[in-house]
Amino acid sequence: MGRKLLLEKAHVPGIRNYDVYRREGGYRSVEKAFKTMSPDQVTEEVKKSGLRGRGGAGFPAGMKWSFLAKPEGVPRYLVCNADESEPGTFKDRYLMEFIPHLLIEGLIVSSYALGSNKTFIYIRGEYAWIVDILEQAIAEAKNNGFLGKNILGTGFDLDIYVQRGAGAYICGEETALLESLEGKRGNPRIKPPFPAVKGLWDCPTVVNNVETIAAVVPIINITGEEYAKIGVGKSTGTKLISACGNINKPGVYEIDMTISVEEFIYSDEYCGGIAHGKRLKACIPGGSSVPILPANLLLKTAKGENRMMNYESLSDGGFATGTMMGSGGFIVLDEDQCVVRNTLTLARFYRHESCGQCSPCREGTGWMEKILKNIEYGKGKKSDIDLLWDIQRKIEGNTICPLGDAAAWPVAAAIRHFRDEFEWHVQYPNAAQNRNYGLAHYADPLPVASAPKA
Amino acid sequence: MAQFSDEKLKKVNEIIARYPAGKQKSALIPVLHVAQEEFGGWLSSETMDYVASLLKLEPIEVYEVATFYSMYNLKPVGKYVFEVCQTGPCMINGSDEIIEYIKDKLGIKVGETTADGLFTLKTVECLGACGYAPMMQLGKHYREHLTKEKIDAIINECERNAVTNN
Repeated sequence: MGRKLLLEKAHVPGIRNYDVYRREGGYRSVEKAFKTMSPDQVTEEVKKSGLRGRGGAGFPAGMKWSFLAKPEGVPRYLVCNADESEPGTFKDRYLMEFIPHLLIEGLIVSSYALGSNKTFIYIRGEYAWIVDILEQAIAEAKNNGFLGKNILGTGFDLDIYVQRGAGAYICGEETALLESLEGKRGNPRIKPPFPAVKGLWDCPTVVNNVETIAAVVPIINITGEEYAKIGVGKSTGTKLISACGNINKPGVYEIDMTISVEEFIYSDEYCGGIAHGKRLKACIPGGSSVPILPANLLLKTAKGENRMMNYESLSDGGFATGTMMGSGGFIVLDEDQCVVRNTLTLARFYRHESCGQCSPCREGTGWMEKILKNIEYGKGKKSDIDLLWDIQRKIEGNTICPLGDAAAWPVAAAIRHFRDEFEWHVQYPNAAQNRNYGLAHYADPLPVASAPKA
Repeated sequence: MAQFSDEKLKKVNEIIARYPAGKQKSALIPVLHVAQEEFGGWLSSETMDYVASLLKLEPIEVYEVATFYSMYNLKPVGKYVFEVCQTGPCMINGSDEIIEYIKDKLGIKVGETTADGLFTLKTVECLGACGYAPMMQLGKHYREHLTKEKIDAIINECERNAVTNN
């Protein structure tokens, strides 16, 4: 049983309410920070913890905080990115839904460290019912003196507001999020200037993911040094993984990043193995943008070592044979899944979500979807596969924001590792309409489970 | 022309008060949600012009936002809008069959509304419920682990509610 820092109390009955949360030790980090630490000391602890941004990019959170410009007389803002929209990812939703006070507590401590007196939670518009849960938690925290004016007699004022988006994946990109928060289309800004210098309403701003902010609570409680001892290498602390696809136990799991991918998929503590006793074909382990890996490369690195559930091991081998931790959206495909069809749905997703500012992304995502559709529906040509490869290569790195890369990578990885399946679709279009390609050489080295679970 | 009730106007003013003076444009997306809810589930150009006047914006500033975000309906929709996710993780778990089943059952295509004005079917991209797939959004809430039986039950539930509410 791995150590849990975020979800340990998530299933205590009534934990959504302030009284229960408080009784379970909630808001201790606020008391500790406000009474015994300066804002800079809080930032220092986060730096020491090695906490990496949990939204997908994995940038060190403490370093991001230390970039925040602090000109005299200019307000600074903390904005919490709750625009969780990466296919496969539903961890922030879980955290906000089941233990909302953890996020509010983290926001209070983080706002104190950064000097934000007005902090916004930008939440995807579809999570409409979670807005009520968060606003309830905010009201309770305010009634109990943890928000509002002169918190704990320190002279520090803070209000937290929840702002709903309205359906746009791109608003998870931090500058698009800020545009949206300013009441505009979610078009990413050209960087620099970075939000740390010129963010919300041109003021210095830090944008952090929900899970990142929540992790500040245990960091302050146990110290950054202790937090850094959990996990391995530069993958410190715990990480929420949202697991879905063809597994027995889909859901959100907190792991300490020392377990192997194999254990995560097959042990009963986590995913409980592949559903219906089938075999593993492939997996997209970090949300739809990260490279898909066939079973053999997923479970073992190219060097033949066990692949582990952490930032370094998942990316071992680069894009040639590795993938990424990303947002922790772990999508498992069994032997009956079609990689072409799966890639088509992702290409459609990125075409739908491209903001349209940069031509490589606006046009390229549409082309990729059309070509994949042709291949999937038996109208593909052999040259289409090379054409797809060429288009994705021309999108990657040629756009203002990472959506272009995010659209290119899934297509590139699918062709890189499953080219034979694409070729089979082109060569046998009729067969491809009626059955799936199956496992071929990507065979899961593990035996089929003897007793399929319901 | 339709206008917000006093209660909704109060809510709008509360939203505007969150932002620094002069930054009321930030209220646009939340206020459009309120407007859509209030005025029949969609945003007509009159509604958008009204929101523009409330927030002291040019109408184009409202149109360009309303057309960007997928949750705003720019034409009338049914009383109940089924927004079924079709992205990878839902597809893996059978969303294609669910969408086909709803189409057959309601006799409409994606994007259409039933003749009685009760149901609209939309397909949407990932809503963050991948572990509970297949799923759809219905109003404020998600309906998850969808099966054909569940779809039947949801349609019955909506039909019953529509009768009770009339």
